[in-house]
Amino acid sequence: MVYRLLISALVITLTLLPRVSVFAQSAPDFNLPLLAQSDAGGSQLWQSGSLRLSDLTGKVVYLDFWASWCAPCALSLPELETLYARFKSRGFEVVAINLDTTESAARRFLQDKAITYPILFDQRQTTPERYGVAGMPTAFLLDHSGKLRFTHTGFKPSDTEKLSKLIQQLLQEKERL
Amino acid sequence: MKVRFANVLVGTVLIMSVLSGCETAVVKPWQRGDLARPQMAWQPDPMMSVLREHVYTAKEGASGGVGTGGGGCGCY
Repeated sequence: MVYRLLISALVITLTLLPRVSVFAQSAPDFNLPLLAQSDAGGSQLWQSGSLRLSDLTGKVVYLDFWASWCAPCALSLPELETLYARFKSRGFEVVAINLDTTESAARRFLQDKAITYPILFDQRQTTPERYGVAGMPTAFLLDHSGKLRFTHTGFKPSDTEKLSKLIQQLLQEKERL
Repeated sequence: MKVRFANVLVGTVLIMSVLSGCETAVVKPWQRGDLARPQMAWQPDPMMSVLREHVYTAKEGASGGVGTGGGGCGCY
C-alpha cells in the first residue's frame, strides 16, 4: 500500500514539476553585448563591448526586457530615460535587454530615440528564461546587493510615478548603509 | 475483469506525459514577434472594425460581446 502511494506521489510530482518555478532571490548574472548607447546629447553611439550585471553591484538596477514589436515597450523606454536622468547621480542604473530576433530590428527602432542607458542584445534569448519573464515588457528592480526586489509586468505611462517611488525606496536603503 | 494496478499506473503516466507534453509547446512571451505583425491581426484596420462594431451594437441595441480576447503579441 505504501509502495503504491509512493509511486503515485512520484508520478504526480514529476507531472507538476514543470509548472513550479522557484524564484531565486539573487538576480541571475549575465554578460551580454551592448547594442546601443546614446550620449547625453541624444545622438546614438553604436558601441561594441559587453556588460556584466555583477559589475553593477552597489547600484540600484532596473532591468527591463523589451522588443521592438511590443507596443507598451515603446512607451516604457522614454519613461525609463526620464527616471534614469532623475536618479542616475544617486547610483541608479537602467539596463534594457532587447529580445528581437535580429539586431537590425532593434537598431531601426532605436534610431530616433534618445536613450542614454545601456541597451543589450540577447541573441540566444536565454536571459528571459532564467528570469522567468511572464509577458512583454517585464522589468525587475534590483537593490544595491543584486537582490531581486520588485517585478513589473507591462507598462502604462501612469506606472512611472509608482516606479519612481520604488526606486527612491531602494536608493534610500542604499544611502542608509 | 480485474484491473491491475500496473496497468492503471502505466495509463496514468501516459496520460500525464501527453498532457504535460502539450505544456512545453507554449510560445514564450518574447517569441511573439511574428504574432505581433499587423498582418497577423484579426482586424487589420482598427478604425474600420470600431465603425463596424458601433453600427452592429446600434442595430442590436446592445453593446459588448464583440470580438474575442487573446491573440497578437500578448503584451501587457
